[in-house]
Amino acid sequence: MAIQFNTRPGLVAYLTAGDPDIETTREIALAAIDNGADVIELGVPFSDPLADGPVIQRASGRAVARGVRLLDVLALAAELRAARPSAGLVIFSYLNPVVRLGMRTFCARAAEAGADGVLLTDMIVEEAGEYLEAMREHALAPVFLAAPTSPDARLKAICEVSRGFVYAVSRVGVTGAQTTVGNDAETLVTRLRRYATTPIAVGFGISNAEHVRAVGRFADAAIIGSALVALIESSERSEAAKTIGSFIAGLRVAEGEPERMAAGKL
Amino acid sequence: MSTEAVVPNPSAAIAGRFGRYGGRYVPETLMAALEELEAAYEATKQDAAFQAELADLLHHYCGRPTPLYFAKRLTEQCGGAKIYLKREDLLHTGAHKINNALGQGLLARRMGKQRIIAETGAGQHGVATATVCALLGLECVIYMGEEDMRRQELNVYRMRLLGAEVRGVGSGSATLKDAINEAMRDWVTNVRSTFYILGSALGAHPYPTMVRDFHRVIGQEARQQILEQEGRLPTVIVACVGGGSNAIGAFYEFLPDANVRLIGVEAGGRGGGLGEHAARFQKAGGGVPGVLQGTYSYVLQDDAGQISLTHSVSAGLDYASVGPEHAMLHDSGRATYTSCSDEDALKATVTLSRVEGIVPALETAHAVAEAIRLAPTMAKDEVLMVNLSGRGDKDMGILSRELKLGGAETGPAENRGTSS
Ligand SMILES: Cc1ncc(COP(=O)(O)O)c(C=O)c1O
Repeated sequence: MAIQFNTRPGLVAYLTAGDPDIETTREIALAAIDNGADVIELGVPFSDPLADGPVIQRASGRAVARGVRLLDVLALAAELRAARPSAGLVIFSYLNPVVRLGMRTFCARAAEAGADGVLLTDMIVEEAGEYLEAMREHALAPVFLAAPTSPDARLKAICEVSRGFVYAVSRVGVTGAQTTVGNDAETLVTRLRRYATTPIAVGFGISNAEHVRAVGRFADAAIIGSALVALIESSERSEAAKTIGSFIAGLRVAEGEPERMAAGKL
Repeated sequence: MSTEAVVPNPSAAIAGRFGRYGGRYVPETLMAALEELEAAYEATKQDAAFQAELADLLHHYCGRPTPLYFAKRLTEQCGGAKIYLKREDLLHTGAHKINNALGQGLLARRMGKQRIIAETGAGQHGVATATVCALLGLECVIYMGEEDMRRQELNVYRMRLLGAEVRGVGSGSATLKDAINEAMRDWVTNVRSTFYILGSALGAHPYPTMVRDFHRVIGQEARQQILEQEGRLPTVIVACVGGGSNAIGAFYEFLPDANVRLIGVEAGGRGGGLGEHAARFQKAGGGVPGVLQGTYSYVLQDDAGQISLTHSVSAGLDYASVGPEHAMLHDSGRATYTSCSDEDALKATVTLSRVEGIVPALETAHAVAEAIRLAPTMAKDEVLMVNLSGRGDKDMGILSRELKLGGAETGPAENRGTSS
């Protein structure tokens, strides 16, 4: 019950909770863990996901339409914790559902559910006073985003308050697939190393084994989001867990393959 | 359900707070751009050349100062307070929006940003932004909900004629909120080259302050004008409130004058249920403090914190949140906020058209309706000032349908204004 990356690069799997339904998300998360995901980010669906591209927008819209609420996501976290005691669990949300529940209530409930950490997409360090206090009180790890556009002073502040890992946004833009991992990501991770005491995970657009391998050369973990959500969207409900399980296993295999590793080396 | 503030350590005195409201709640990628914008905006205050160019264009290009007009026939018909109209509808492009679009456009040019994006609801901010981009030779992309493109079609044509690209947004209820989401996604993606001209006193700091400052001229002029014309300050100032830019521009100069009543009018839509209106401040309407699109303010939402859909006959008031400064003025009681139904706004449109020969925008008509309701309850020597934020040309499609202007029917006879 901690955020730990057991191999390099570690794997973080983002799932929009409640798409296609809570029960299926549970099965998918278990399959992801069993096939090598170190950390699950449970995305709380929100009506206005302004940092997300079309794939997560659609997933979020479907889950909101089904009536999936923050409390349902916390209940799901509790089930996952009971089923997989050592997996890392992060609640990933836009601020408003959390504010509506009450920041302190939310942190208490997240801790009760057995979550390890929280990432709030639209919470910046300067506004985080009360949030950080409540997180500390409940021994939860606040994960903050760091962006290629963040000046050094901001990166320093982000590293100082982040626990568990720092989420390095691979490029400017919203979530969604991309064809290659650009230079922005590596430059950002190099800059973050000067300040970070936690592992650094790279996310946004990481969608296949090759990307994971590329990220592994300079970062501690890769975060896969839209690629999983898109796969779930195109899968039959009954097949989704199996599909995600083998997809994640595939990321691991490719990464370990010696000749591929060599081919990817400088 | 708790509505506990997210406000962190108030001791940190974060810039851009209005009491507990406002702040900055954005993805980290935008933070550098907001900091850069704030610094550049602050620098313009000391920049005499910038201020001179803004003042010159507001005068020669936009048509400031706008008149403060004594609406004699409307006053007589209402039979109470003297009604004055601050004629922002006479500005170039037909609404107050150009005050802000011009200010931000000049700032964008000063910062060396060649690409401009903006959202628009009624299309007035989009038209104003497209106009300023034409004037300054900047590239312009406008996001607009598809529902709004349909109901404010004329403004879509105007924007295109002015050289802007209009991108339709189909998510959510395909209105203003959804257009802002999409504009913010564009900004996050193109933040290094792009300036986002936000159209109301909304969003993350410094927008609510900056937008208000560019509209302060409304109240500054009105104050001087009413003193010249009446030798006194107004008893009441009424303005419609979408995001709140025309209202804060009209109110701001009068905030220290405790005996000037300030009344904001929200869209009451077609009923009190969530989704039927855009009245964020009305009790039991579903508006509670929350975070939407970068700022902490009142937000129409369900009890799980999902933002609710809204409805108004006027696209410019059809929005789930409201500028944070209004949230502060609401809580402190310095301003009060009422609402006006679609139906009353339509009636007020007819009244002002027929009694004064002024066709107001549907947004503006909400304020006019409140004035018509309030004036008869006031003494004849009192002064009621309405901020006439825009003109109604853009609404001819809706008005012709709602008021059946296409056929023999000519509208409610009692509104023909036969009083003098
Ligand atoms: C004429 C007019 N008045 C008022 C508004 C509402 O905006 P705000 O509340 O920012 O003044 C609009 C918005 O489109 C408008 O076009």
